[in-house]
Amino acid sequence: MPERSTITIHVNGHTVVVPAGSVVSAALLAVGEPCRMSVSGEPRTAFCGMGICFECRAVIDGVAHQRTCQMLCHEGMSVETQR
Amino acid sequence: MRGFDVLILGAGIVGCACALECVRAGLRVGIVERDVPGGATTAAGMGHIVVMDDSPAQLALTRYSRSLWQELLPHLPVGVEYERRGTVWVAADDEEMGEVHAKRKTYALAGVESEVLDARALAAAEPNLRAGLAGGLLVLDDAVIYPPTAAAFFLHEAVRGGAVLLRGQGADHIGKGIVTLRDGTTYAADRIVVATGADIALLPSLPIQKRKGHLLITDRYPGFLHHQLVELGYLKSAHQISSDSVAFNIQPRLTGQLLIGSSRQYGNENPGIDQRILRSMLERARSYMPALAGISGIRAWTGFRAATPDKLPLIGPTDDPTIFLAMGFEGLGITNAPGAARLLVDGLLGRVPGIDATPFLPSRIALMETKHA
Ligand SMILES: Cc1cc2nc3c(=O)[nH]c(=O)nc-3n(C[C@H](O)[C@H](O)[C@H](O)COP(=O)(O)OP(=O)(O)OC[C@H]3O[C@@H](n4cnc5c(N)ncnc54)[C@H](O)[C@@H]3O)c2cc1C
Ligand code: FES
Repeated sequence: MPERSTITIHVNGHTVVVPAGSVVSAALLAVGEPCRMSVSGEPRTAFCGMGICFECRAVIDGVAHQRTCQMLCHEGMSVETQR
Repeated sequence: MRGFDVLILGAGIVGCACALECVRAGLRVGIVERDVPGGATTAAGMGHIVVMDDSPAQLALTRYSRSLWQELLPHLPVGVEYERRGTVWVAADDEEMGEVHAKRKTYALAGVESEVLDARALAAAEPNLRAGLAGGLLVLDDAVIYPPTAAAFFLHEAVRGGAVLLRGQGADHIGKGIVTLRDGTTYAADRIVVATGADIALLPSLPIQKRKGHLLITDRYPGFLHHQLVELGYLKSAHQISSDSVAFNIQPRLTGQLLIGSSRQYGNENPGIDQRILRSMLERARSYMPALAGISGIRAWTGFRAATPDKLPLIGPTDDPTIFLAMGFEGLGITNAPGAARLLVDGLLGRVPGIDATPFLPSRIALMETKHA
């Protein structure tokens, strides 16, 4: 059986289809959703892309503060902007 | 040589509160700070404004100070992050539940409002506590602040009222109304107030010991915690004179962060993190709140409390009629800064103090020689 070429994830309640192998922070960028909101309510997204700066944190499958630049999307993943 | 009515040494929260109180009394005030105002123990502490009943004098001072914080409330900048969270003293078992009832009575006699929570009410108030705890005591008017900005507020108001901040040089010698800074500059003052926190280099024979504490702050988890929680065993831990101890103490910050404490160690003046203590402190916290295991901490640090033999601060005059003290606040200097400042200035001006000042007078303990020039 050929490998799937797309994956379906749920971003802030919307169903989104992304290419297989997508990094979660890239998927968030592609759909224009922020990874997290700052203390003063500003949107934030991935910055360093290599697990150092923690700007890309989001809630993944209900677990808070996950670094999305270090994660691949999986089928059915729930991704929520960290507030 | 420049002269002041009062020269305050140290711009921690205590020195800054004293400066403001002196300015309000119409005095010409100078404040000497060798480093960053509010940057020493004041920046390391938890900012829990808490009424403590470990002795009648401490109960009187913390209650008085908390009421002064409440008076300040309308004037505090938002950056002080004052929140009336309330404290819950958590009872693990029936024996500690007995202490809860005793504590409620003591508070009631002192006019401090509190409510006994049974096991179910405790679980409803703080769902992330482990199951099977006996209950707790909710002290409604206790609060949480961010101490460095509170110190900055006192200092700013004092300077606005005419106080002079002399920053960058520490005081090297004091005595007979003269303060000599490290670079040799001298200032004259009718009264010198030593508010140097846990640093007793100016008065080396003061009976103040450094008591190291660790804290850890987490990422933001809004809604995880609602009150400041302290295990009732905390009092036992805080009163242990000798050995190292940890106790469960957790504070919700306005940002949704959790500030986790606390530890107490004597005889360790190294400011580095002690991994063994930090681990046992966090294990203690996790034993009360299992869900903490899945939460990420972002920074840990240490600070030094200024501990006196009888656990009460030193507020008032010394053998040298020009030297006054405002130090030795152990783990309560944030809470007690406004009350201490008021008592000190009441003493300086001969006003009738709002509470009995005698338990805090330095003369209660064997005194001290000055380090003269
Ligand atoms: C881990 C921990 C948790 C705590 N939690 C709480 C809490 O929840 N609630 C509470 O009420 N309290 C708490 N405390 C206690 C509280 O932080 C302190 O009691 C308080 O900050 C003391 O303030 P201070 O102004 O006396 O000292 P500091 O803040 O240490 O200020 C002293 C200042 O004097 C300056 N200085 C020293 N020597 C000289 C010199 N020779 N010349 C010029 N300047 C000098 C220093 O640079 C410093 O700025 C905690 C403490 C710790 C360590
Ligand atoms: S973008 Fe920097 S840690 Fe993920």
